[in-house]
Amino acid sequence: MLPLFQIGSTGQGSIGETAVFQRKVGEIVFAYTVRRLLMLIPVLIGMSIITFSIVHAIPGDPARAILGDKATPEAVEKIRTHLGLDQPLYIQYFEYVKGLLQGDLGESLITQRPIAEEIGPYLAGTMELALLAMGIAIFFGMNLGILSAWRHNSAVDYTAMVIALIGVSMPVFWLGLMEQWVFAQELGWLPSNGRIDPRLGFEPITHFYLLDSLIKGDFYAFNDAFNHMILPAVALGTIPMAIIARMTRSSMLEVMRSDYVRTARAKGVSEFLVIYKHTLKNAFIPILTVFGLQMGLLLGGAVLTETIFSWPGVGQYLVDAINNRDYPVIQSGILIIATLFVLINLIVDLLYAAVDPRIQYGKE
Amino acid sequence: MIWRKSSILTLALLFIFSTVLAACGGGTGADSGGKTLIWGRGSDSKLLDPAQVTDGESMKVTKNIFDTLVDYKEENTEVEPALAESWETSEDGKTWTFHLRKGVKFHDGTDFNADAVVFNFERWMDKDHPQHKGGDFPYYGYMFGGYKGDEGHIIESVEAVDEHTVEFKLKEPQGPFLANLGMSAFAIASPKAVKKDPEGFAKNPVGTGPFKFVSWKKNNSITLEKNEDYWEKGKPKLDKVIFKSMPDNTARFTALQSGDIDVMDGMNPSDAKTAENEDKLKLYKRVGMNVGYLAFNVDKKGPWQKKKVRQALNHAVNKKAIIKSVYAGLAEPAVNPMPSSVWGYNEKVEDYEYDLDKAKELLEEAGYEDGFKVEMYAMSDPRPYMPDGRKVAEYLQADWKKIGVQVDIVTYDWQTYLDKTGKGEHEMALFGWNGDNGDPDNFLYVLLDKDNTRTPDAGNISFYKSDELHDVLIEAQRSTDKKERTELYQEAQEIIKEDAPWIPLVHATPGLATQSYVKGNLFEHPINWYDLDDVDIQK
Repeated sequence: MLPLFQIGSTGQGSIGETAVFQRKVGEIVFAYTVRRLLMLIPVLIGMSIITFSIVHAIPGDPARAILGDKATPEAVEKIRTHLGLDQPLYIQYFEYVKGLLQGDLGESLITQRPIAEEIGPYLAGTMELALLAMGIAIFFGMNLGILSAWRHNSAVDYTAMVIALIGVSMPVFWLGLMEQWVFAQELGWLPSNGRIDPRLGFEPITHFYLLDSLIKGDFYAFNDAFNHMILPAVALGTIPMAIIARMTRSSMLEVMRSDYVRTARAKGVSEFLVIYKHTLKNAFIPILTVFGLQMGLLLGGAVLTETIFSWPGVGQYLVDAINNRDYPVIQSGILIIATLFVLINLIVDLLYAAVDPRIQYGKE
Repeated sequence: MIWRKSSILTLALLFIFSTVLAACGGGTGADSGGKTLIWGRGSDSKLLDPAQVTDGESMKVTKNIFDTLVDYKEENTEVEPALAESWETSEDGKTWTFHLRKGVKFHDGTDFNADAVVFNFERWMDKDHPQHKGGDFPYYGYMFGGYKGDEGHIIESVEAVDEHTVEFKLKEPQGPFLANLGMSAFAIASPKAVKKDPEGFAKNPVGTGPFKFVSWKKNNSITLEKNEDYWEKGKPKLDKVIFKSMPDNTARFTALQSGDIDVMDGMNPSDAKTAENEDKLKLYKRVGMNVGYLAFNVDKKGPWQKKKVRQALNHAVNKKAIIKSVYAGLAEPAVNPMPSSVWGYNEKVEDYEYDLDKAKELLEEAGYEDGFKVEMYAMSDPRPYMPDGRKVAEYLQADWKKIGVQVDIVTYDWQTYLDKTGKGEHEMALFGWNGDNGDPDNFLYVLLDKDNTRTPDAGNISFYKSDELHDVLIEAQRSTDKKERTELYQEAQEIIKEDAPWIPLVHATPGLATQSYVKGNLFEHPINWYDLDDVDIQK
């Protein structure tokens, strides 16, 4: 925690005072976290009501989806009764919420399996992909932004920003298809789709394939799974990368003009430290915000990438559910994504304090 | 800020490490040897109990795990022996006796016998059966007129005469009965496996088929392996089959081109030319058991309630142009409501030729020389018989404009579409059908008889109600004499052509291509083109 108090307006005291202060901070952060978590409840109730209403308002019928084109009115009616879809809406809603309160996310109407059990592998798939994509986005995005801020108004800056502009405006499906065409079909360097070569017959444990293959000590599978991730992760990470690059650049530019940066330079601090230590630290808050938002988006919104790369993730799972009018899956799936989104934002908010001690929680 | 520097460093290291790892990948394949076929397809199966599903993606897999009592011949939709070696029917057509193949075993080692057949039928028909569970059995009710105790239920009893003989007693003769038994929905499951876990059976299927179920990763892949003890000697030829879900058609085609998969279906018509020109790929052009059509809703008030107007519009459709541009040539123009591979097809029926003058003339005769306005439904999702509904609608729109008919196109997603057309909210709608059992009844009765105009789930979405047609179709249903049935169905096709409740548009091919080393003629089969027991890999 020490770096917390190195800069900024918060006074530095003796070691004893710092310890007391730290404990207090600890309490405040804890209380803040609890409060934020409690706020999840109204958010989730709101979400559940909205998704429930929308899902039931769209025309179409899961019974028809189950029966396909071959539906007779009797069969449809039978299935509707069987699924409880003939009940009034508010009863269906309360049944659903009752289940939720008991920790039951419901059962898919189509596969008849518990959603809690079914969604796990998809979530893991999406998270694994999103983490790598975010890693790529952060690494390249931040460095690109830093580079162009550092060499402001130079050819380097312009090039970097053109790259970012292209990155942010390139449709993800197009980029994905181009990647497949170049790297899979023409060059044959990387596999074009899926999470792992199905010929391997790899049996996942946690459904994080990289982790699983390491647990099993199967390096061939690790390598194969990693190769499968590269193209979709690059496609998925491109837009966040561009956004992060632009945000880093503007944030860095602002801070670089500060007096203390000039002082640091005057003191003879090496340029690397000036940039990566002194400037970046104070420029980091807006960048962090973008991280959080983008990560949330990646978790819920990787639908296009998942579709193009046949990546069995949560986006695909939900789209399938919507096409089949699988009400419980749509509802619970959206609830889970919303929860994750809120949690990621909470983590980001907590990180603000770690990055910048001027930010305190508990006093509004 | 030590942590940040170190975290960036870690990230960088991780990245370099992984890039290096990636770079040294490839080479030493862990291909376990043997012949593995990977089939890339648009979506995953719903369930793997054939009796509980109606979607093609499920049947594609179950067809290879299970066998039915009878099967369809390769060249047409006639029936041949499978699990039943032979059969006879009584004079009145109400009793059917099947002699079962001996020595057949389920994948779990139990014997296939008459008791197993009886068990399966009782499970499907009897809602109180202890294993009538895990889901619904829609096809049973659909093909056999309901379930035990229902008024229309056609099967009186199924009994085991001895270990290898089964007797079906029907309440009244059913023309398509034998063809129905060949449908993959009525495949025989292992009673032991069903009893052990009735709810879970659909996720862990056990049959007698050429391949055994190994594993299922949802929305990802289903793996089957060779059944070494398959009753048909020399089959199957493959050691392993993997069905892989790959939702995007273009990406799936790229995977085929780069050799990641061996077979794909649901190809975009625009990719078909490429597939045809590439030496290492083979494009299959067999027309599927389907029809794509435009239905006039004759229940809705409008000019199309007049026969002359419907005929006029039939004359104003350039099917060849539609096939060339929307289907990239991968379809045949439709004349009748069913494709010519279905027996009973009437070759003598002539299509309304593409002739705008004639169309105009007919409109004038009907009193619509100034044309009229109409709303046309087009589906937004690609269907096997119609890859791009909107484009088809635009073609019709352009042609009809020339004869003064203004078309407004509206599109909905598939579930909404089914909902609205089933209720009869449309004036005209593009639609289509995939045949189940190759029996004419499965096209003509289901899609055009007045019995099937009940909302909200009408199968006959033109709401065309002809007593003349109804009498013919019912008579054909009751008969078990194929010659008589053929004549009746040919008559039915003439009535339909004259009344023109539809514009039959096309019969489409399944958009199937394989690597050229994939051999075996079964992809040519009109119904079970996904039957893999004869397919081989010869590199």
